[in-house]
Amino acid sequence: MPGKIEKDSVTGTETTGHEWDGIRELNTPLPKWWVYVWLASIVWGIGYMVAYPSVPYGSGYFHGLLGYSSRSHVAHEVAEVDAKRDIYMKKIAAEPFSAIEKDPRLMQVAEIAGASTFANNCQPCHGQGGEGRIGYPALAAGAWIWGGTLDAIQRTVTYGIRSGDPKARDSQMPPFGKSGMLKPEQIQQVASFVWSNFYGHPTKGEDIAPGAKIFAANCAVCHGPEGQGNPAFGAPRLASHVHLYGDFRAAIVRQVTDPRMGVMPNWNQRLDPATIKAVTIYVHDLGGGQ
Amino acid sequence: MRLSHAFIERNAIVLLVLALLTVTIGGIVEIVPLFTIETTVEHVQGVRPYSPLELRGRDIYVREGCYLCHSQMIRTLRDDVARYGHYSLAAESMYDHPFQWGSKRIGPDLARVGGKYSDAWMYAHLEHPRRLVPESLMPDFAFLARTPLETRDLLARMKTNIEVGVPYTKADLAQAEADLRAQDDPSADHSALEKRYHGAHVVPGNGHPTELDALVAYLQVLGTMVDFKDVTPAQERQ
Amino acid sequence: MSEHALPGGPVLYNDAVVKKFVIACLFWAIAAFLVGVYIASELAWPQLNIAPYLNFGRLRPVHTSAAIFAFGGSALIGTSFYVVQRTCRARLWGGDALANFVFWGYQIFIVLAATSYLMGFSKSREYAEPEWHLDLLLVLVWVCYLLIYLGTLMRRAEPHIYVANWFYLSFIITIALLVIVNNLGIPISPYSAKSYSWFSGVQDAMVQWWYGHNAVGFFLTVPFLGMMYYFIPKAANRPIYSYRLSIVHFWALIFIYIWAGPHHLLWTALPDWTQTLGMAFSIMLWMPSWGGMINGLMTLSGAWDKLRTDPGLRFSVTAVGFYGMATFEGPAMSIRSVNALVHYSDWVIGHVHSGTLGWVAFIVFGALYYLVPNLWGRKGLYSVRLAAWHYWIATLGIVFYIASMWVAGLMEGLMWRAYDRFGFLKYSFVQVVVAEHPFMVLRMIGGVLFTIGAVLMIYNLWMTVNSPSTEAPRATPVAIGLPAGAVVAGE
Ligand code: HEC
Ligand code: HEC
Ligand code: HEC
Ligand code: HEM
Ligand code: HEM
Ligand SMILES: [Ca+2]
Ligand SMILES: [Ca+2]
Ligand SMILES: [Cu+2]
Repeated sequence: MPGKIEKDSVTGTETTGHEWDGIRELNTPLPKWWVYVWLASIVWGIGYMVAYPSVPYGSGYFHGLLGYSSRSHVAHEVAEVDAKRDIYMKKIAAEPFSAIEKDPRLMQVAEIAGASTFANNCQPCHGQGGEGRIGYPALAAGAWIWGGTLDAIQRTVTYGIRSGDPKARDSQMPPFGKSGMLKPEQIQQVASFVWSNFYGHPTKGEDIAPGAKIFAANCAVCHGPEGQGNPAFGAPRLASHVHLYGDFRAAIVRQVTDPRMGVMPNWNQRLDPATIKAVTIYVHDLGGGQ
Repeated sequence: MRLSHAFIERNAIVLLVLALLTVTIGGIVEIVPLFTIETTVEHVQGVRPYSPLELRGRDIYVREGCYLCHSQMIRTLRDDVARYGHYSLAAESMYDHPFQWGSKRIGPDLARVGGKYSDAWMYAHLEHPRRLVPESLMPDFAFLARTPLETRDLLARMKTNIEVGVPYTKADLAQAEADLRAQDDPSADHSALEKRYHGAHVVPGNGHPTELDALVAYLQVLGTMVDFKDVTPAQERQ
Repeated sequence: MSEHALPGGPVLYNDAVVKKFVIACLFWAIAAFLVGVYIASELAWPQLNIAPYLNFGRLRPVHTSAAIFAFGGSALIGTSFYVVQRTCRARLWGGDALANFVFWGYQIFIVLAATSYLMGFSKSREYAEPEWHLDLLLVLVWVCYLLIYLGTLMRRAEPHIYVANWFYLSFIITIALLVIVNNLGIPISPYSAKSYSWFSGVQDAMVQWWYGHNAVGFFLTVPFLGMMYYFIPKAANRPIYSYRLSIVHFWALIFIYIWAGPHHLLWTALPDWTQTLGMAFSIMLWMPSWGGMINGLMTLSGAWDKLRTDPGLRFSVTAVGFYGMATFEGPAMSIRSVNALVHYSDWVIGHVHSGTLGWVAFIVFGALYYLVPNLWGRKGLYSVRLAAWHYWIATLGIVFYIASMWVAGLMEGLMWRAYDRFGFLKYSFVQVVVAEHPFMVLRMIGGVLFTIGAVLMIYNLWMTVNSPSTEAPRATPVAIGLPAGAVVAGE
């Protein structure tokens, strides 16, 4: 070795005798605590690998002494919670709404389950408190398109609206403008009538009589002569302050010209019947239930 | 110790080779068996290659960096399963080149978002997320609706997928363009598309897809390929 | 001592290329921090996603690549050239042209990568986003880097290879291995920038996180330890604490690091056996990581007082402290049950930045404060006070950043898994998003502070090079003398 072994006056430790660009190294032994903690972590690591699935070989792997699998573990965990609330959820699934409503305990569970289901599935469309968005109806306002009884809501949620499910609620407002059934000026006229008479925004000096005639001839079948709507066709109540496509005259024109026909997914593929009933009760109780 | 190490310290090539050997071991032990252990990818029915429109939508998902905010991996944890549905199987991403499992949830997991929302919602949300979800942090992607989908290199993309192991057939290639247009056109005949790509979701277009059409077609198929009612616990064992 | 006398001077060493890397490093520091502040702001005020190319999804890889590869990488290649020449007493192998090719090739790679992300080219592999043609350029540059480095080691005048070089060398070779395997894929055409990964699904995930974790290990850790092994003893003027520790922790670190990748995939569809290995090796990695910290900190024994007078050294030592923190936190996060809570959350982002701001950036700042006066032959820093200001502002920035992310991450993890008394989920996803907002703002403020600190540093270094007040008298040797307190044995 070319270098000289020196002694560091601060620590009293010897150097290795090498030097690079003025840097030297002390030959301090490994700190004991460091070695022990490391060994302990290695012992622990090996123990962990013995207990759990670990070492692979050609076509398989060592499954570990505990027989652990994360998949059976979570299945077990889920089954455990399910079992705890099954007494309630099974009843909710089996009993009619009228019976559930009489059992405060069941109602409590349904509200809680419903709130959770709503937050994670419905909120992106209908809003956090069911306040609705343009094209996504308010559920707390009592202005039901397809009906606000528990049974009606349950049916809507289960099969959806224009969702493609064979039992989905379905209806189609004719594309009066696009198909040429109504001319643009007629559309303006009926829009003026609806805007003034039902939406409640009368414009001074505007003649709504032609629009009223067009409405009676074309729209009243579905929306009713008084604009009261018809849940059988999902034709919204026009004489209201709550409007699916917003309180805008342009929305009326657009709807008559080329109606949008919203889609609500069917939840029977994603949620079990008890959960659907729970969320039905929750929605019903948001403030608008009938 | 000093003496034995001195040899390495005095010989750059030895140091280099030993370091290289040291760092290869762990990788080999962890990666190679994933190709040789048969249960690594579960044997479940339903997973199919992406339809041409879905594949192009996936390319856009990759391009826009959606994976930086959204995971596509439902973990074997109770809360993940409760929020997003059945935990993800390895089989469900077996045709994903590259995988999109993600590492951060700024937005929710998308592994099973297919069918959860209507097309109209998907379009409206992707264009202006905050108009529907005021709390959202998601960027507007309205420009995708204005950008026609590039389809010139569709075959090259599918053929490259074949090269990396996706089993597209000759017929899939021959009909690629037709399938792509049919999936963007609700009034078209979808029987051929459906036969080749079971459960392909037709988006409301006019046969001339925009990038947004493709992206929605991709999102609407996520998590829908495997029907878990048909899957037994034995099939899920990994 | 004569045979060990420092040759020094521009005749022997290629310092020109080191200077270029230093300047590039400073430039990229500001770029990376500013983009970091911008994407942090986007998460606080999403209206800032004003154009496709400024969307979070395209800008985030610009930040990570600019921070890790441009800022960190320029610092690493630059300091490695500085260190290897001095600790080998040899000029860079391969001539100035090759060194300049590595510099310009690397910078061009970075510029092309960043612009390609903005245009929407990305492989969507974290920390390996550039498309295949840029990967090829990188591999070419990297092979040249390896050749220069190895060549210089082989023509060294010192009998032994200094520890710092073990770290730098294993970084260069391992990154080559990682980059090549992780980027295997096939372009859709030789004329298109789009490619598909060779691997898919679960295997692809494993390969990517074998890479991703070791990008952290072998890019953000191992070579910065090399940096530490040179600049701390130089600045402190003390010998390295323990040669034996450096041997053991070096080999243990590089061996074990590679195994820890699956801790990024806990609870996923990666088979349980792989997850177990990832977790177990992450725990076993704790002490080998701390070996580096011990060697860094204990090297200061007898020189702790220097921390008061030398802000550069203060940066380096604080960096080592953060390194110790991040490498304690990391193994803890690798525990399955802990990971169930923190994965996908901002906790990970806090962990990342305690590593990258606290360790990576601080060790670089420490090296720069030492390097710039030495490289440009100045007698000292322009302003020690300004550097102290930098230190405190940046530290405050880090505190804002990681404290807010810890709280946010913990909150997210807990809210995602909060149940009501019947075991149903308590919160919707967006409720958690809303709750995060204040922490997103705090993090942004932290980033601004950190950036202001870096601007002060650049001003200080600029003045160090250009102000008449730091001019060194012609004859003063640049070299640092004998380690304080060393006496020749037997004297
Ligand atoms: C993709 C968006 C979307 C989601 C998610 C969604 N809905 Fe709807 N929902 C709609 C649309 C659109 C309508 C109105 C359809 C129409 O135009 O008639 C609707 C209508 C309804 C109605 C009928 C309202 C009425 O006035 O008759 C109820 C009840 C309802 N949704 C409940 C729910 C519940 C409960 C959930 C969650 C389990 C849910 N929705 C999820 C879009 C959605
Ligand atoms: C065949 C039945 C039918 C006829 C006829 C019909 N509608 Fe409708 N209308 C509907 C349905 C169903 C909807 C709900 C659309 C949806 O859910 O997206 C609707 C929605 C509307 C809306 C939107 C209500 C809101 O809350 O935003 C307006 C306005 C409207 N119709 C006006 C008219 C006018 C004016 C006419 C005649 C020119 C007409 N409708 C004829 C079925 C009909
Ligand atoms: C900056 C982060 C960010 C980016 C980038 C981002 N998202 Fe989102 N995303 C969110 C957030 C936050 C939510 C939850 C709030 C909401 O519904 O808008 C969300 C929600 C969603 C949802 C609804 C999921 C559900 O179950 O409610 C879909 C679908 C979606 N994003 C798709 C995408 C796609 C596709 C891209 C890329 C083109 C993308 N996101 C990019 C943040 C982001
Ligand atoms: C001003 C300083 C910085 C700010 C404000 C900042 C901000 C950010 C933000 C907002 C993110 C995205 C977080 C998310 O997706 O939720 C991020 C990610 C990241 N940053 Fe920074 N950053 C800064 C400095 C740095 C530096 C210096 C480095 C590296 C040397 C770095 C490395 C990273 C990495 C690796 C990620 C990805 C983390 C992950 O995917 O888990 N950052 N940063
Ligand atoms: C012993 C050392 C370390 C261990 C065991 C470790 C462990 C971990 C774990 C478990 C995660 C994943 C969290 C998750 O997504 O669930 C993680 C993420 C990360 N760590 Fe560390 N860490 C260590 C040191 C460091 C250091 C020193 C740095 C930086 C300098 C760092 C940078 C990162 C980055 C960038 C990520 C984010 C990866 C992503 O994009 O998801 N780590 N680390
Ligand atoms: Ca990440
Ligand atoms: Ca179209
Ligand atoms: Cu890691």
